[in-house]
Parts: sequence; structure tokens; C-alpha cells
Amino acid sequence: MLAAVACLGGIGLVAATALGIAAKKFAVEVDPREAAILAALPGVNCGACGEPGCSGYARAVAEGRLAPNLCPPGGQQTAEALADILGIKIKVKEPAVAVVICQGGDNLARQKYHYLGLEDCNAAQKLAGGPKSCPGGCLGLGSCVRACLFGAITMTPEHLAVIDRDKCTGCEQCLKACPRQVMIMAPKTVTTHVLCNSHDKGAEVRKYCQVGCIGCNICKKTVPEAYTIDNLLARVNYAQADNAALAIAKCPMKCIRDLVDNNSAEKPGSDETVPAG
Amino acid sequence: MVSLILILVSAVFVNNFVLARFLGICPFLGVSKKVETSIGMGMAVIFVMAVASVVTWFIQYFILAPFNLDYLQTIAFILVIASLVQLVEMIVQKASPVLYQSLGIFLPLITTNCAVLGVAVLNIQNSYSFIESLVFAIGAGIGFTLAMVLFAGLRERIDLCPVPDAFRGTAIALITAGLLSLAFMGFAGLVKI
Repeated sequence: MLAAVACLGGIGLVAATALGIAAKKFAVEVDPREAAILAALPGVNCGACGEPGCSGYARAVAEGRLAPNLCPPGGQQTAEALADILGIKIKVKEPAVAVVICQGGDNLARQKYHYLGLEDCNAAQKLAGGPKSCPGGCLGLGSCVRACLFGAITMTPEHLAVIDRDKCTGCEQCLKACPRQVMIMAPKTVTTHVLCNSHDKGAEVRKYCQVGCIGCNICKKTVPEAYTIDNLLARVNYAQADNAALAIAKCPMKCIRDLVDNNSAEKPGSDETVPAG
Repeated sequence: MVSLILILVSAVFVNNFVLARFLGICPFLGVSKKVETSIGMGMAVIFVMAVASVVTWFIQYFILAPFNLDYLQTIAFILVIASLVQLVEMIVQKASPVLYQSLGIFLPLITTNCAVLGVAVLNIQNSYSFIESLVFAIGAGIGFTLAMVLFAGLRERIDLCPVPDAFRGTAIALITAGLLSLAFMGFAGLVKI
């Protein structure tokens, strides 16, 4: 009995002493600001700042290597908190969100072949350039859904990625995951977008998609400063997009959309049929 | 020498800690989503198992056995292993930040893991000599790493497959682990000790 108590107590005492001494002797000095910065960061380790994770970014900010406003998930709030810790002032960075510039789901856009492989867009893209006839359209296999750290992307039943603008933090992870660059970053304040990613000629676009941009120039004629036509594909000029919404009703293919106000035009495909083949 | 090799092979394949003895299932399922992290975890386990078996061997034969305190084995081993891992973590953090980055984050996870305690107890049960204990511990760690890396590789591929909704996540992972365990049962009879 006594031996057991003495033995276990002795082991415990030796271990405790050793740990106590080691804690003093091997203490690693850390910049106290680094811990404060790390606590103020969202802690999602998305890598949008360019560092491998939040702890790396915290160290870089504490050492002064990186600016405190480079964390898109944290946004303005985090940037201000970090600036407070460092005792400096920062510039406001306009928030951006990802936009899927395609609305050709299974019901509106044609498939080249029936894909039965791995559920991954990058794998599908390697097989004869992907199952979709359109070279730029969303493949709908959900690589971006899995890449999103914030659960901001969902798939419609028609296999089209949809971004929740409130949840999107602008970290650009989905842009990296997409093999077709069907996502772009746009200022959150602009809600009107050209939802097409095909540079093909109008006649060709019509063959495989009911809602593709045919490069007809009507939007540019309606609101010249808000649109640019680049290689047969219209784009909203995000710097002067105040009146861009005026062209929504004019677009013959209905591929200009207001992403927040969905009632501004009738929904595409509601009264049309699936293209043959 | 031959017996040492037999102990090693037996610990890695035949009596694999995860897939045949079912020890250390928690990190096996928890840290096996990516091959990279599973390798880091495996290295940490090999290291901790080797150190723990050395220390517990001395505790058993120089403190517990002389005083007839064998019944204190479990609690004494847990105490010693936990404080030892803490100590090693501190020293590594100070001495080599690079090693700490790759290994250190896994150390607290396995301080009192059943696989580590299992190595220490099995060493005594099988009455291994000091060298045999060390070889057995390293073999057990390698076996754990092997199982982890194989399983992580499988899970990475499963992530991309159209798994039925009801089986997604942990369900399919457990089924896969069961199949992997069945495959390892094929090694039974390879070594007779």
C-alpha cells in the first residue's frame, strides 16, 4: 500500500518537476501581437491571402511582411481589428463575390455525350473537353462545391452551380477549382451580369444553348458605357455598371440577369422545351 | 536476429495494430482524410511508440517489478507516457521549429492513445527483452502508418466517387476500413512466433 503510493507519487513528482523545468527552459518567445492577430482572424485556413493558413498570415502581419487587409473571408471587420492591434490605419477594400457566368443547365444546354466517370469537373474536362457542347459552360459536377470552405455554392437539379452571395467571402478557391473558368470575381455592389462564357459565333451558340450570348451588340447599343464586347461575348464593365440593368429586357437570349432581383425578367426555360439530342 | 525480423514483420503485417488488433481506431478514422496528414501522423506515432516503449520498459523492470506493483502498470504507464510526450513536444518546439510544424501538431493527439499504451503493455505481456521491445514498437508504428496511408489513399478516391447518399461520409469510411481489415487478415499465418 505504502510502496504503491510512494511509487506512483514519486513518478508523478519527477514528471511534474521535469515538465515544470522544461516549460521554463524551453519556452519559445512569441510576438504577443501574433496570438492576438490569430484570434482575430476567421481561422478557416483558406489561403486566399497567399500564406498557407491563418497562423502563417498572422505571423506575416505581425512581422510587417503583409498588409492587414488581405483576408477576404474576414472582410472589412477583420481588417479593422487587425489594424487596431497593429495601431495603423488601412484603406477600405471593396468586397467582391464570385459569379457563375453560365445558366445553361441540363434543360437548356446540350450535352456532347453522356458522362459516367468520376464526379469531378477536372476529370470530366480531360475527357474530350467535357460532356457539355459549349466549351465554356458549367459542367455541374460540383468541384467548386467541394472547394468552397463556406458552403456558399450549391448545385441545382439541372447541374448548375449557384453562389449564395451572402455566404461568399471572395476567397477565390472556386476559381482555382474550376477547369473552365466559368466563375469570375465581381464587385458585390454590381448585381447585373452577363451570364455566358462562350466566345463562339452566334449561330453556333444557338445550336447548343438556349441562353447563350450571341454577340449581337444590342446591350452595348442600349447602354454603351456599361458593356464591352470581347470576342463575340458581352461583359458588364464593372467600373461603370450603374445603368447596366436597362439592357436586361433587351437581350434577345435572356442571358443578362440581375442576380439579386430575379423578377426583373421572366425565368429562362420556363416555357421552352429541352433541345433535341 | 531472425527473431527480431519476425517480430518486426509480425507487428507490421500479421498483427497490424489498427487492422488486426483494432487499436488506435480514433486517429485512424479522424486524421485519414488526406495522405499528407496521415503520413505526418504516422511518423509521430512511430516516434512516440519507440520512446514510450523504452521508458515503460525501464519503469516496469526497475520500479514496478522489484516492488511487486505490477497491478499499477496501466496507470503508471499512462502517467509516464503523457508527461514524456509533453516534454518531447516542448523540446522539439524549441530545438527545431521545422520539425515541430510537421510533427508537433500531432503529438498532443496521441499522448494517451490506446495504440501507444497497447505497445507498452504488450511488450511486458510478451516478456520481450529491451531490444525486442524497441523493434516491436517501431514495427507497430510502421504498421499503423501503413494502414493510415492506405486508408487515406482510398478515402481520397472515394471522395470523388458517386457514393449513394445514405453511405456518404463516415458510413462508407467504416465499410472501407472493414474491407481493408479483411485484406490484412490474409497475412495471418505468415509468421508463427
